[in-house]
Amino acid sequence: MYAFDFERPSTLAEAEKALAGEDAQALGGGQTLIPTLKQRLAMPEKLVSLGAIQEIKGVCKGDDGALCVGGGTTHATVAREAAADYPALAALAAHIGDPAVRNRGTIGGSIANNDPAACYPAAVLASGATVVTNKRKIAADDYFKGMFETALDEGEIITEVRFPVPEKASYQKFEQPASRFALVGVFVAKYADGVRVGVTGASEGGVFRWTEAEAALSADFSTGAVEGMARPADGMMSDLHGSAAYRAHLVGVMTRRAVAAAS
Amino acid sequence: MPKDHEGIGAGTKRREDVRFLTGAGNYTDDINVHGQAHVHFLRSDVAHGRLKKVDTAAAEGMPGVIRVFTGADFEGVGGLPCGWCVTDRHGQPMQEPAHPVLAQGKVRHVGDPIAAVVAETAEQARDAAEAIEVEIEDLPAVIDMKAALEEGATKVHDDLTSNLCYDWGFVEENREAVDKAIKEAAHVTTLELKNQRLVANPMEPRVAVGDFNRGTGEHTLYTTSQNPHVIRLLMGAFVLGIPEHKLRVVAPDVGGGFGSKIFHYAEEAFCTFAAKAVNRPVKWTSSRSEAFISDAQGRDHVTKIELALDKDNNFTAIRTETYANMGAYLSTFAPSVPTWLHGTLMAGNYKTPNIYVNVKAVFTNTVPVDAYRGAGRPEATYQLERVIDKAARELGVDPIALRRQNFVTEFPYATPVAVEYDTGDYHGTMDVLEKMADLSGFEARRKESEARGKLRGLGLNCYIEACGIAPSQLVGQLGARAGLYESATVRVNATGGIVVMTGSHSHGQGHETTFPQVIADMIGIDADMIEIEHGDTANTPMGMGTYGSRSIAVGGSAMVRAAEKVINKAKKIAAHLMEASEADVELKDGQFSVAGTDKSVAWGDVTLAAYVPHNYPLDEIEPGLEETAFYDPSNFTYPAGAYACEVEVDPETGKVEIKRFAAADDFGNIINPMIVDGQVHGGIGQGIGQALLENCVYDESGQILSASFMDYAMPRADDVPFYDVDHSSQTPCTHNPLGVKGCGEAGAIGSPPAVVNAVIDALHSGGHKVDHIDMPVSPARVWAAMNA
Ligand SMILES: Cc1cc2nc3c(=O)[nH]c(=O)nc-3n(C[C@H](O)[C@H](O)[C@H](O)COP(=O)(O)OP(=O)(O)OC[C@H]3O[C@@H](n4cnc5c(N)ncnc54)[C@H](O)[C@@H]3O)c2cc1C
Repeated sequence: MYAFDFERPSTLAEAEKALAGEDAQALGGGQTLIPTLKQRLAMPEKLVSLGAIQEIKGVCKGDDGALCVGGGTTHATVAREAAADYPALAALAAHIGDPAVRNRGTIGGSIANNDPAACYPAAVLASGATVVTNKRKIAADDYFKGMFETALDEGEIITEVRFPVPEKASYQKFEQPASRFALVGVFVAKYADGVRVGVTGASEGGVFRWTEAEAALSADFSTGAVEGMARPADGMMSDLHGSAAYRAHLVGVMTRRAVAAAS
Repeated sequence: MPKDHEGIGAGTKRREDVRFLTGAGNYTDDINVHGQAHVHFLRSDVAHGRLKKVDTAAAEGMPGVIRVFTGADFEGVGGLPCGWCVTDRHGQPMQEPAHPVLAQGKVRHVGDPIAAVVAETAEQARDAAEAIEVEIEDLPAVIDMKAALEEGATKVHDDLTSNLCYDWGFVEENREAVDKAIKEAAHVTTLELKNQRLVANPMEPRVAVGDFNRGTGEHTLYTTSQNPHVIRLLMGAFVLGIPEHKLRVVAPDVGGGFGSKIFHYAEEAFCTFAAKAVNRPVKWTSSRSEAFISDAQGRDHVTKIELALDKDNNFTAIRTETYANMGAYLSTFAPSVPTWLHGTLMAGNYKTPNIYVNVKAVFTNTVPVDAYRGAGRPEATYQLERVIDKAARELGVDPIALRRQNFVTEFPYATPVAVEYDTGDYHGTMDVLEKMADLSGFEARRKESEARGKLRGLGLNCYIEACGIAPSQLVGQLGARAGLYESATVRVNATGGIVVMTGSHSHGQGHETTFPQVIADMIGIDADMIEIEHGDTANTPMGMGTYGSRSIAVGGSAMVRAAEKVINKAKKIAAHLMEASEADVELKDGQFSVAGTDKSVAWGDVTLAAYVPHNYPLDEIEPGLEETAFYDPSNFTYPAGAYACEVEVDPETGKVEIKRFAAADDFGNIINPMIVDGQVHGGIGQGIGQALLENCVYDESGQILSASFMDYAMPRADDVPFYDVDHSSQTPCTHNPLGVKGCGEAGAIGSPPAVVNAVIDALHSGGHKVDHIDMPVSPARVWAAMNA
């Protein structure tokens, strides 16, 4: 690590001020950022921990019925507290990393980072969630901009993610054998007005919606509707753990499994 | 009786675990010497290049920097030696390149150390290392072994004639007979495969602390080593020119080695050298990332094997051709692994009259490769047991029947590849396996899996290994530059307690528990009266350390010999005390007695007399009770076993799940069955890691693509099943006093072929005519093979 200054404000307003400085960076659970710092791949002047800001933590139900998850809420908390209202989201959180990662890592950190193999982005996109920051509200469809790219401005803080609760949903993750991030993860969510399918781990463009599958499933929510349906391999990632063709194939398999498992 | 004393055969819990599991261990990184400075190595980030400039001026001015070293500082210093010289097919010694402590002229792999900064803190050293200006002229990276041997290929070492280290033929005189037997065979099965490169990844990364005492001129090196005496000899004699009496090497608690901590590494020599040069203790602690590019790696063989059979399915010949990757330099024992630890095992458990093994060892711009759990024997077993399965399928015969038909049944058995198996009962071991694994119930389990949409497969494997390395004279003839005996001093204290100082080293094997069990059994006293010391050259006799499953077979035997000397002397003292003839004195349950009388004297009375020799035969024997023995075995030991693995393959994703795993091993006599279970469990887990998960991959430019746990898949608890293990099939070794064979590597040798055979069997059951998938048999590879 290079040396840096450290602040741990207890209100959002103080955090905003602290992040206004040159080369200041927010620190969530540190599960991505700390390893990056240790490898000396990042060199912030100042780290501003969001860990003491109570107003961005916790899970609650909004007036419109949406599930509201504070940006500083850990995966472990979501796994516990979303279980009754949004079981598919809770199950996703319960399978991120290991207990240590889940007790530190936060939803805000995950979607700010937007790793192309991360789990939450699939849920956020498939749920048509709204990302709330200290400045504005961003619709999921406008938020993810490609691998590690988001609509966030410098210093902008994710304070909350609002998930409309679907009738049925499931996240199916095929694990990359080493990291156990998603080699391919598919989140299927069925709403009264249609089905949304979010796919992570697969594409060179980061998380995406599989619109053909959405159309088929909106017409007929059954595995039969997506049987034999496949994504083309172009644009899929290819690495040590799977070719583009394999990933494209898994998108179909995981989508069918998510439909079958949706509850 | 044994159970009372926790002697031989007792499943005593490991006493060292109390220390390890409660954070009371003393690992090398726990050692901080007063006044120590820290070193950070600047390592090459390219695989191959000419060093044009290494400018340390800016770094030297950085805060906390004590001194910056480069290759130039080591010009007069020896390079890292290789401990084994292989002679090639034409009688020529292998090509042996220089291996400088810090790179000189060229860098040859990602991770090759270029410079080293010694500073007050590790962070300051790292900061300053970033300020070193390095200019490297990139050279083409030599990665693929076959391409490396082509005419005109870029050379890893400019002063060698090519990238070929050696072209070894074994047994060269058999070559024509083997060719003829293959030509005349009724059936020949051929298989080409890779035994992929692995990273050992012990839980504890390497650490070295060098210390120099200006007052006495003595050097001390604390290091994460499996064999401190070997490091002292190699580093003292070949690298730094320090005589043994001025050099102490301490390997305290060591958190796993798996082979990777056998070798003498540049960082050890550096810390020892620099401690004197800067007159401060110098410490280095490897990060995990550094371990991926600086610890010697394992395996990396590319092999073609042919198995010839006559019309009755008797094996008539085996011919193999292997390319073995040495990496950029020769690590300490690297040349011996694909040759003497591999070719000599190619007979397996079978009586094949004609065998010829050809191995081409190749230099590439990759991290050096050396012994890794099993070392050569897993590579031999894997190819043989895979090709036998393929032959059974081609011939439409049962794979177990084919194996049984060709088993060696008479012992001793001299193989055509130079070794003589002393004992074994391969049919007996297979009988144990068939029952334990419930093979007769397999078809029903397969149907049940199919009903759930899964393909189930059964994979078999038999292995033989040569352990307890080894007779010194023999290995000397084969090119070893060291003897391979073991040593022990048994020191009995006045009140009867015992300290055994062994040349073996324990880094997870449980010696502190098993070794006392042997002594407890011999004397008939409680095991907790016996303590084991190991790992410090200052207080243990010269020993060769722990690898090749040699500790109990060779180190344990040395201890038995020393204990026998102690007991013989104690009997003399007891005879004197009881006024009896020495020949009539018996030792049982810690009591000396005279046959046919009621005279007896306790162990403690005799030991006290040895140190308080008031009433003592001083004119016949010296006071004291301490003996040392060196034991040089007359042969290797030959543990053998039969393994069965059942897998389920998900035909949609290619994911393999291991449902059952049974291991029947013959380790000869067993000292502690619980520890043996643990060694087998760990070995199987490691073998499953190789079979399904682990893979060290370099791209064409020589960058490691799997240089962290994000991409290098280690086996985890949920990747492995509960194992069924059984070692009741016991044919004691005939030539060591304990009748033991060694169990440390068996699991890692026996499991990979069983797993891969099971996957292939599963695919065939689903109608996929797939003959081979290279390890790791990952979901992506299985899916690709099914859809080829
Ligand atoms: C061993 C391991 C396994 C893992 N497995 C998985 C997995 O299976 N699936 C998965 O999805 N993830 C996985 N992760 C990643 C994990 O979920 C991380 O916690 C997450 O990606 C980052 O969250 P964090 O709170 O730790 O963020 P940090 O590491 O603290 O920060 C990450 C980035 O987000 C920014 N940031 C943090 N909080 C906010 C905020 N509120 N507003 C704006 N920006 C912010 C930071 O400035 C930084 O740029 C794993 C991580 C580890 C170490």
